[in-house]
Amino acid sequence: MTSQRVLTGEHFINGDEACTEGALAAGCNFFAGYPITPATEVAETMSRRLPKLDGTYVQMEDEIASIAAVLGAAWGGAKSMTSTSGPGFSLMMENIGLGVITETPCVIVNIQRGGPSTGLPTTCGQGDIMQAKWGSHGHYEIIAISPSSPQEMFDFTIRAFNLAETFRIPVLIMADEVVGHTLERVTIPPAEKIKVINRKKPTESPETYLPYKTDSSLIPVLPNAGDGYRIHITGLTHDERGYPVPDAETQEILITRLINKIRKNRDKIIDYEDYFLDGAKIVIVTYGSSVRPALKAMRDLREHGVKVGLLKLNTIWPFAEDLIRKLAKKVEAFIVPEVNFGQIALEVERCASGQAFTKLISHPGGGIHTPQQVTDGVKKILSDLGSKRKKR
Amino acid sequence: MKQKASKKPDRHPKDELLREDRMPHIWCPGCGIGSAFSSCITALKKTGIDYDRLAVVSGIGCTGRVAGYLNLDSFHTTHGRAIPFATGLKLAKPEMNVFVFSGEGDLFSIGGNHFLHAARKNIDITVICVNNMNYGMTGGQVSANTPTGAITSTTPYGNAEVPLNLPSLAAACGAVYIARWLSLDVRRLAESILEALLKPGFSFVEILAPCPTAFGRRNSLGSALDMNKLYKENSVIRNGVHPDETVIEEGKKMVLGKFIDKERPTFLDRLSKTSELKSTAWPKKEMAAQR
Ligand code: SF4
Repeated sequence: MTSQRVLTGEHFINGDEACTEGALAAGCNFFAGYPITPATEVAETMSRRLPKLDGTYVQMEDEIASIAAVLGAAWGGAKSMTSTSGPGFSLMMENIGLGVITETPCVIVNIQRGGPSTGLPTTCGQGDIMQAKWGSHGHYEIIAISPSSPQEMFDFTIRAFNLAETFRIPVLIMADEVVGHTLERVTIPPAEKIKVINRKKPTESPETYLPYKTDSSLIPVLPNAGDGYRIHITGLTHDERGYPVPDAETQEILITRLINKIRKNRDKIIDYEDYFLDGAKIVIVTYGSSVRPALKAMRDLREHGVKVGLLKLNTIWPFAEDLIRKLAKKVEAFIVPEVNFGQIALEVERCASGQAFTKLISHPGGGIHTPQQVTDGVKKILSDLGSKRKKR
Repeated sequence: MKQKASKKPDRHPKDELLREDRMPHIWCPGCGIGSAFSSCITALKKTGIDYDRLAVVSGIGCTGRVAGYLNLDSFHTTHGRAIPFATGLKLAKPEMNVFVFSGEGDLFSIGGNHFLHAARKNIDITVICVNNMNYGMTGGQVSANTPTGAITSTTPYGNAEVPLNLPSLAAACGAVYIARWLSLDVRRLAESILEALLKPGFSFVEILAPCPTAFGRRNSLGSALDMNKLYKENSVIRNGVHPDETVIEEGKKMVLGKFIDKERPTFLDRLSKTSELKSTAWPKKEMAAQR
């Protein structure tokens, strides 16, 4: 196996492998995980690649330990990652909350499969989208991104690390089995063309330094363990010193900042691609493995003169609220195909606020939509809208 | 000498490792955690390790508050998970001396699985466990180390379960250093913590500590002083005995001492050599070849 960190060139690999290569290109040097289909290839590739790059790969006893080790390694300064699927993602929830409140940069990959419970271990689902936002207890904001192809598994994993390092938060890569297991061409650019961001380190002397004091960015600058700052990190509500202060006032200051750190920076975080939104009557809102059938449906429909556009969400949390609100004033309906019974559709509906109609095209999991299902959904809404108009 | 005295006459030599701005601590008067904590500071000072190279990780509970009071890089994590956090930190930063300080409910009831595997892998960390035989923080519920028959807030008719013997468990999992002391015996305890901290590999020190507030009160064990006396009178030092002979049960004295002190390559030692480890220990090479 090569000792080259960035495997510049053309590759024929699956999404899980592309994700690993993206992580390595972003500087990942620590991986802790536990085997689970359909995410195992991420761990397997890491176990081959990391030791040759002076990184550390460790298989832990479960997913709780995996995410714990990932946070522990991040405290030591590592760029760390774990990968899992539904059952393991559920086990990680408590410690994800610790990562949020302690503002620890790391990346968690969820190759979603059908659930609940053991569900469909080897096939696709997108049922963990709301869990990604609300799964750990308490109220917080998170960053979750959604690749739709092996190439994006590479590209977006780099971005996930950069976002984690910038905003000091666990970043979730919410891929799915189809994206993870699709084998196709992935282009890895030269190392010097890859933008890599590393966390800031404090410059103040340890005597006057306050770990959780922030400037207007709301993002703290924290040292690594061993840097001589003798920092205290706790999951308890804490003040600027990092010391536990269990009262309502400290809670308000800390949690408001943690929420605003993401909300006020959402323009820097949210990423999407749009297709034919100008003059569109109907907009398909899509992410993950649903993107391809949706794009095909859009093209077919446009060939038949239907004014349909498409919005591809590259990030799902924070949600692209402002964009949906703006679009809702111009379009008649949103169509949301997702491999669940309505999660992002709920967000779209909330932001549309009755100004445009929202139609979910659900899929129980075990596969993805056919383009025809999406096309049919669009046609159905067109006829519904038509008959509504007639009634008026 | 003179200079020191004129500077800060009331400073205790252990204060440099205390987060003084966090005092007073939350522990009850007479709680065994206090002397366990103090012994740990004695040991830390004796290691000679640069304080910036030391890190402490705790879980949740009365003992879990230790991380918050030590003036080191200190991590107060989730319930039961201190060991995997420490594992990640140690593997990412091998030059640091990482130790876990937490209670038995945290480390062995909710977090037992992590102990097993960190010991088996021989992760180079030290685990210091205060065993006060119940969940003190939440008011005294039964833990995996509550003696059979003991009264706790959730075993009002007496504990029906059998407690876990921690030295046996640690030995079975491959810990390279295993000792058990009373929190009262600060000298021997500090000596053991020091040895454990300096020992390469997974080392384990169990501390039998009275919890007068929650455990003592319900079981009519008297004041903190009475409890310490009781523990002292009902224990015996037997260095080097097989860990299986250290089971705590009625009618027997609690066995204290250093039970295991052996050498075994650590996880990182082995990891760095895996590409050279061309053979497997099992199955035998010939067997593998026959397939
Ligand atoms: S409740 Fe028990 S263990 Fe907790 S501080 Fe009080 S005496 Fe110590």
